Amino acid sequence: MVNLAVSLSGMKLDNPVIPASGTFGFGYEFSRFYDINILGSIALKGTTEEKRFGNPTPRIAECEAGLINSVGLQNPGVDEVISNELKKLAKVYKKQVIANVSGFSVEEYARTCEKMDREEQIGIIEVNVSCPNVHNGGMSFGTDTKAVSSVVKAVKEVTKKPIYIKLSPNVTDITEIAKACEASGADGISLINTLLGMRISLKTKKPVIANIMGGFSGPAIFPVALRMVYQVYEAVNLPLIGIGGVSSAEDVIEMMLAGATAVEVGAANLVEPYACKNIIEQLPETALKYGINNLTDIIGGAHNG
Amino acid sequence: MKQGVFTVKSNRFLTENVLEMILEGDTSDIKRPGQFVNIKLNGLYLRRPISVCDCKENELKIIYKTVGKGTEMMAEMSEGQRLDVLTGLGNGFNIAKSGDKPVLIGGGVGVPPMYLLCKKLIEKGVKPTVILGFNTQKEIFYKDEFESLGVKTLVTTVDGSFGIKGFVTDALKGVDCSYYFCCGPMPMLKAVYSACDTSGQLSFEERMGCGIGACMGCSCKTITGYKRICTEGPVLEKEEILW
Repeated sequence: MVNLAVSLSGMKLDNPVIPASGTFGFGYEFSRFYDINILGSIALKGTTEEKRFGNPTPRIAECEAGLINSVGLQNPGVDEVISNELKKLAKVYKKQVIANVSGFSVEEYARTCEKMDREEQIGIIEVNVSCPNVHNGGMSFGTDTKAVSSVVKAVKEVTKKPIYIKLSPNVTDITEIAKACEASGADGISLINTLLGMRISLKTKKPVIANIMGGFSGPAIFPVALRMVYQVYEAVNLPLIGIGGVSSAEDVIEMMLAGATAVEVGAANLVEPYACKNIIEQLPETALKYGINNLTDIIGGAHNG
Repeated sequence: MKQGVFTVKSNRFLTENVLEMILEGDTSDIKRPGQFVNIKLNGLYLRRPISVCDCKENELKIIYKTVGKGTEMMAEMSEGQRLDVLTGLGNGFNIAKSGDKPVLIGGGVGVPPMYLLCKKLIEKGVKPTVILGFNTQKEIFYKDEFESLGVKTLVTTVDGSFGIKGFVTDALKGVDCSYYFCCGPMPMLKAVYSACDTSGQLSFEERMGCGIGACMGCSCKTITGYKRICTEGPVLEKEEILW
């Protein structure tokens, strides 16, 4: 028997597999496909204070081993999420979930997190300071140590639940941002969000995506994500959620060896609706194959000492 | 939605760049004409959404045009090859609203979903009129298949090389129409929307990420709120469309 259970700031997970924000809606949609209670947890669709449609279409471009999206945080707004989406989810999912919050000002982040903090089913609030698809907000908070600190402090002041900051890879040194999060009181770090990318159509000779650029995700970015998790694990003393191109049980174990306590599976859900289920089912066998009996034991195992 | 392994039974060219593929597999989740399937191809990251042309127990027919890497790979496939397919995607057409004299309007690769729709209407005891629009004679496909169903089939070509010269809307002028169902390129959808006073349903196309409602890649604005083309679409009621 392999012990798959892990703990994120006191939130117990039966296994470390969490569908990533933006690739799994508000979770209940996937209960049409399988019993989602097998999931470690669910990171909900990114939520803002107000309802958003997001960016014009086309919003999707295919790449080698991945895709670019420029959805731009389409969501019904925090009040609707709480009164409608969370209720629908509670009917089909019995575990705690991870809210994902974005904003366009420090105050907005705080107000939205404060509302999410009151919801019983939410175990952790993941604060997204790294969306590459919105202007005057999103990623701009996550690429500057001062800005990220002010968001973390403002959110921590009005919340009781663990606050995880979701970081952008589109920075010179991600460890500097991670250290600023830790110094400002963050409880954990989720990394990485998508890499800024683009495609140009040879037929039209123009960008494929209406918004020109978007966030690149999928297996192609796994080595970049793994490297950043490894670096941030060395730089801070906080639990990490590893995100970026995870598509198999092997990837989960590799991400945990780099320093992740849990992992989020993103793009894989879009091509394979059963991706998380398949990974969870494969995990015990894969762990045993590599002589692992307890997943918690391998967190950060690739580091010296 | 159901995931299944399908086996290629046949794959043949209908025109220079349009092919018909017949696949064997579990079609039990395909409930309505106008739905689509999402096909995984080796080496390509995203699945390829293709509309259902016809379907019966254990057999699925799709028609596709070679427009890029994915459809070019599909054109190379031969009997016996296996494909990972998600079926039963999208809302499809609601035939309950057809009235006595519906008109089915298909343009180019918008023609295929009209075929299963036509069969379903005939099963219901309704005989639609079919209008098929193409650019030129050599691009015409499925005219005979529609005629074999015993329905009046009008063909238009933009260059006048076959049938009525002009667009589907030129054929529509002389047709008694209680309701319409339409699928084709965006300019055609707009033209039909403006030309026809009766109510109808129009099937839209958008670049998709997942095809299952997860990514919000294919969202559009409608009078009744934001809709995902892959889930609340691809068929929208005329009255809810915002151009």
